[in-house]
Amino acid sequence: MENFKIDVDSDGIALVTFDVPGRSMNTVTGSVMRELVELVNTIKGDDKIKGAVICSGKASGFCAGADLGELNERGAAGAAAAPKSEEEKLKAQFEQSFTLNKSLRALETCGKPVAIALEGLALGGGLEIALACHYRVAADNSKIKFGLPEAKVGLLPGAGGTQRLPRLIGVQNAAMMILQGADKSPQEAKSLGFINEVVPAGSTIEAAKTWVKANPKAVAPWDVKGYKVKDNPYSPGGAMASVGGNAMVSKQTNLNYPAQRHILSCIYEGTQVPIDAALRIESRYFIKTANTPQAKGMIRSLFVSMQALAKGANRPQGVPDYPIKKVAVIGAGLMGAGIAYVQAKAGIDTVLIDVSQESADKGKDYSKRIVDKDVSRGKITKEKGEEILARIKPTTDYAAIKNADLVVEAVFENPALKAEVTKKAEAQLAATAVFGSNTSTLPITGLAEASARPANFIGIHFFSPVERMGLVEIIMGAKTTQETLAKAIDYVLKIKKTPIVVNDFRGFYTSRCFGTYTTEGIEMLSEGIAPAIIENVGRQAGMPMGALEVSDSVGLDTALKIGRQMAEAMQQDHSKDPRGALLAWLVEDKGRVGRKGGKGFYEYGDDGKPTRIWPDLSQKIEVKVKECPPALKEELTKRFLFRQCIEVARCFEEGVITDPRDADVGSILAWGFAPYTGGCVSYIDLFWGAKKFVEEADRLADTYGERFRPNKLLRDMAAKGETFYERFGAKQAA
Amino acid sequence: MEGGVKKMAEAYIYDAVRTPRGKGKNTGTLHEVTSLSLATQALQAIRERNNLDTSKVDDVYLGCVTPIGEQGSDIARIAVLNADYAETVAGVQIDRFCASGLEAVNIAAAKVKSGEAHLAIGGGVEAMSRVPMGANGGSWASDPSIAMKTYFVPQGIGADTIATKYGFSRDDVDGYAIQSQQRAAKAWKEGRFKKSIVPVKDQLGVTLLDHDEHMRPDTTMQSLASLEPSFKMQGEMMPGFDAVIQQRYPELERINHVHHAGNSSGIVDGASAVLIGTKEMGDALGLKARARILGGASIGSEPSIMLTGPEFVTKKLLDKLGMTTKDIDLWELNEAFAAVVLRWVQALDLDMEKVNVNGGSIAMGHPLGATGAMILGTMVDELERSNKERALITLCVGAGMGTATVIERVN
Repeated sequence: MENFKIDVDSDGIALVTFDVPGRSMNTVTGSVMRELVELVNTIKGDDKIKGAVICSGKASGFCAGADLGELNERGAAGAAAAPKSEEEKLKAQFEQSFTLNKSLRALETCGKPVAIALEGLALGGGLEIALACHYRVAADNSKIKFGLPEAKVGLLPGAGGTQRLPRLIGVQNAAMMILQGADKSPQEAKSLGFINEVVPAGSTIEAAKTWVKANPKAVAPWDVKGYKVKDNPYSPGGAMASVGGNAMVSKQTNLNYPAQRHILSCIYEGTQVPIDAALRIESRYFIKTANTPQAKGMIRSLFVSMQALAKGANRPQGVPDYPIKKVAVIGAGLMGAGIAYVQAKAGIDTVLIDVSQESADKGKDYSKRIVDKDVSRGKITKEKGEEILARIKPTTDYAAIKNADLVVEAVFENPALKAEVTKKAEAQLAATAVFGSNTSTLPITGLAEASARPANFIGIHFFSPVERMGLVEIIMGAKTTQETLAKAIDYVLKIKKTPIVVNDFRGFYTSRCFGTYTTEGIEMLSEGIAPAIIENVGRQAGMPMGALEVSDSVGLDTALKIGRQMAEAMQQDHSKDPRGALLAWLVEDKGRVGRKGGKGFYEYGDDGKPTRIWPDLSQKIEVKVKECPPALKEELTKRFLFRQCIEVARCFEEGVITDPRDADVGSILAWGFAPYTGGCVSYIDLFWGAKKFVEEADRLADTYGERFRPNKLLRDMAAKGETFYERFGAKQAA
Repeated sequence: MEGGVKKMAEAYIYDAVRTPRGKGKNTGTLHEVTSLSLATQALQAIRERNNLDTSKVDDVYLGCVTPIGEQGSDIARIAVLNADYAETVAGVQIDRFCASGLEAVNIAAAKVKSGEAHLAIGGGVEAMSRVPMGANGGSWASDPSIAMKTYFVPQGIGADTIATKYGFSRDDVDGYAIQSQQRAAKAWKEGRFKKSIVPVKDQLGVTLLDHDEHMRPDTTMQSLASLEPSFKMQGEMMPGFDAVIQQRYPELERINHVHHAGNSSGIVDGASAVLIGTKEMGDALGLKARARILGGASIGSEPSIMLTGPEFVTKKLLDKLGMTTKDIDLWELNEAFAAVVLRWVQALDLDMEKVNVNGGSIAMGHPLGATGAMILGTMVDELERSNKERALITLCVGAGMGTATVIERVN
């Protein structure tokens, strides 16, 4: 065995060291799954072995669970070699998936005591191995994490986790932990009841051996005769938990996430039967879940692609690392202040410039508020907080920019002002330094005209609030070089954000596509669809807010202004467009500019939260559609999602974006596109396929307007049966 | 008969009895009487009032919604034996949730019409103080595969959703509740229930309860206004059922929680029985027919809002009978929640003066499995008292169903 080493001591206790060769962290690979069978046979069959203690050969912890990348490939390979019928395919998938459950069950029933010594983390399959042992000892270190995070990527624990955990810590606690994919520290795990003993670091093996010696006839609690899950769904205590759990999961997922639903089914069905049947049920739901487009999309975008992008997958190769030590932020408004904070937190010396010292100081106060809160909550130490704040130097003096590796300009969206700032900043900068503009809509190539060195000029588009939003959209101007791009990516990675790279176009990628969601909502409103329907269906489709609420947050005056600019550019009369007329009426006749003014489509309370939809909206537009039966809900859901995805397809055709990973991850992180889909591209690829998507989009276009009409790219892909990941996947291999 | 089709028999109602309804808690008067005894006393009353040769009874159908514990294992047959009916009399417990008692009557009538039975009893029993509602579990709320697919929410949330969707305010539903209390009080005062009430006797055979003890005739808008809505917490906070039903009804910006203990049906104990048979059997036994069962029907409708079935089953049954609302003189819909009645009246454009004329479950309580046959009996009495022709009886039913029956006075 290459993954497990066995040393039998003089007491007959086998110390099994789990150590996957060539990796810094153990994962449950195909090879590990195969060798587990052999390991169990050895423990069971070797008479010299009286019991076993499992431990890790890695300093990084015990095991981080399944190798999701490999799991993805295995699934694809399995499908390629698939037997003829759908039923045979499912049977084969079940057999493969059940292997691990079978091995762990064999370990659990091998007749000899098995304990596990956990000096570090055990997640997913790693924790499930531990749960199949008779006794779990953990090192007393609050940084160690135990958990079953599968649900976060659209999967469920498929190696006994949904069965052993409820039996150990109760249905309700287990359901919460598995549904949320939450981590527990060793002490928390012990009080919950899935770790038996917590001992000082370094002594887990000894403690585990002591237990094995004292308990030669160990069996799992559920293998004791007469065992029943006491809080099963039809027990007095379990009934409320199952009814409430269903409602809570329905509420939180809007039924868009099959993993959560199936986790509840595993627990509901599994706790009514003996463990062997329960494990079969779990394996079936695991396959059912893994086969959904949601799981495929979420694993790819939220795990594989996100990790790749966080490691600089879209960074041009061959450009040396660009160490970022000092960065100047110009403009200490909300964005600039947030950027300053994340930089300082990442250890970058930060100059924060504004027109007055007072404004610059106010910008730094933003960081102070965050730091104070983190210190008071014990998230960081006082010293660490002071260190962060000391890195931010608020000033009005452009000379302070000297020696900066990069400048982020975050002033008002006014081209003339930006031009002035560019000139003043560049006067202080070294020839190799990068000038980044945090504009959300103005074309970079145009802004770069003010620059003496457009090759070093690039868009670095942050999202608000900067400290919470994980994405940064990098925009290439016409003259921006690959070297500048590499430097900008190094900066984004240094501040621990995920970069996506797009080309120059009004609205770039994110603002342009995101805008289609809100305009579609206003479109529905002008058709006479009741506002509550628009808002509820938008949220239930998986968007973070209703389209009208988003419009209020952006500002109705802003939406009106942009609409008029676009109408002007296209030589149309904006006031004749029902949407334009509605916005003009709201903003100019009724003074409703959105959340910032305390009134927009919604009414707002003193805390700035929406209280209800403004009832007098019906003065302007007659509500014609007052009910929303399932068929209408489905249609409106489709309109919301298709509209955004078609805009994404247009961005590909126009070369605004080139990498499907950027497009998918960007759509989820930037504007919260329904995360269960895996992003806009995956929604087309996995939920529809180009051919069906085009058919449906054509139908929507015929019914609701040309904005839904599929472009040439989509038609071409439909004809060839291509996916975005196939057609635009070249960069992925590079 | 040769070459011809045998004409379907008519089903006649010869008698209808019910126990008074006791408060459904452990301080309620009937709490110390078993559900078996309640059912037994109803069956004994049918026998004694009609001097009935029970060997002529083919079958006894008893509605019971919580058939577990003492109400489990076919309480109908056990009650038949306990009531000293002939041992040839079969019994079956049936469950169509809140309409079980009416469904029992409809089944009895259908068996009689089909010729499978000549004499049968339909009724029901529910001792809610002894066997709590929901004690028998069930997949719908618990099994994620069906709960989520159908947007399961408890029926109180469904009732509040009806009020929200169809525009009934708290004042509307409270006003209806007061009407129920006042009409029930008047009906009792005038002795309108006298014909069917069978006082419950204790273990010694001494009368224990001879009136509905749930009623609060002094209820006012002010007294109701002080009651907190019952389903607000579970709707808005934990576990958040409002968001679930909004997934089915996205047109609702929020749910207006208007129902509370004062405008919802009361939890009570009680039993009922209705004697149904062919003309020939009635004549042979010297029984006097009181009403004819023109027809019955059940239907399914959207399950999450749950309680709108009466509208649809009413239309279905009237269509089937070739009738319109004009052909019905009295309307009886179980008062599960005030908004259920208000919506039914709104949807069918009924005259409130003809609806639930003697009050209903808000005042007198709703012993789940027994109610349907109880309110059918109320209508038999009321048709006779007020000299009217036809009545339609219906109930809203769990999981979106509805059951209805139309009866016609014959004497």
